[in-house]
Amino acid sequence: MTDLAIIAVISIFTAGLTVSFGALGPALGEGRAAAAAIAAMAQQPDAAPTLSRTLFVSLAMIESTAIYCFVVAMILLFANPFWSAVQGAAGG
Amino acid sequence: MQLTPDDIVVFTLAGWKINATIVNTWIVMALLVGVSMLVTRNLRADVPPNRWRTALEVIVKMIQGQIEEVARSSARHVMYFSGTLFLFIALSNLMLVIPGFSPPTSSLSTTVALALSVLVAVPVFGIATGGVGSYLKTFVQPSVIMLPFNIIGEFSRGISLAIRLYGNIMSGAVIAAILLTVAPFFFPVVMDLLGLLTGMIQAYIFAMLATVYISSATAEPDPSLPKHEDKP
Repeated sequence: MTDLAIIAVISIFTAGLTVSFGALGPALGEGRAAAAAIAAMAQQPDAAPTLSRTLFVSLAMIESTAIYCFVVAMILLFANPFWSAVQGAAGG
Repeated sequence: MQLTPDDIVVFTLAGWKINATIVNTWIVMALLVGVSMLVTRNLRADVPPNRWRTALEVIVKMIQGQIEEVARSSARHVMYFSGTLFLFIALSNLMLVIPGFSPPTSSLSTTVALALSVLVAVPVFGIATGGVGSYLKTFVQPSVIMLPFNIIGEFSRGISLAIRLYGNIMSGAVIAAILLTVAPFFFPVVMDLLGLLTGMIQAYIFAMLATVYISSATAEPDPSLPKHEDKP
């Protein structure tokens, strides 16, 4: 395989792996957070506005780890620095 | 595929490439400033409020209420800062429904600039309320061992602020573009709808986190002392 092919294979494989593991962890965490918040809301309906506001903020903070993984995968697929370096060296 | 509107050069001004991010930021700023100035032009006691002024008042009251719940003290100056952040981010995220308009928040340079302004505002507000000494004391708050972690945390939350907003808005745009090639008729509309919801939530969270950071840096009264003001 040429250098370009090796870089392409590893990049695509790693991008898939990044998104899969990056979706796994936050999904579990968000499920637990939402379940806890809903249980708390069922116990105390008066506190629902505060709880839902806190839930939204914490969900977004948990989700940001998934977003980091997504950004890394996007960089690997569409703005890969090694790909452009090898292409530049090859004169392409 | 267009990952960032930084690459779209709209026009060149005296050797400077003016890209779509800058132009779209100008458009958002002009909309915010222009509408607010038009509405508040006749802001006198003898002029009865019209519906535009009422709408603005509702928005401002909502922001004020949300911020006062989080930052109990010195809410007014924090409101100017966080409210401006919220309005700018929310409007630029909502304008993704306009065809051909890529929101400036889907570029990493805009979100890094917003996060940097938060990073600068935190010590400014902290020093303004409690003085230099009490602001620096927040860095050694539990004990001196936590000093490097507190410094690292200060920078990492700036980075996470920037990447979170950028990633959310950019991912919405990218997913819509991918779906446009797969199922071009109906599905991208649904994803744009989801993008509107995500945009509003991200704007809310950005402003809320900025408020939380600022209010944690502004010196709180010593918990051992009796509280002088307790709201029911």
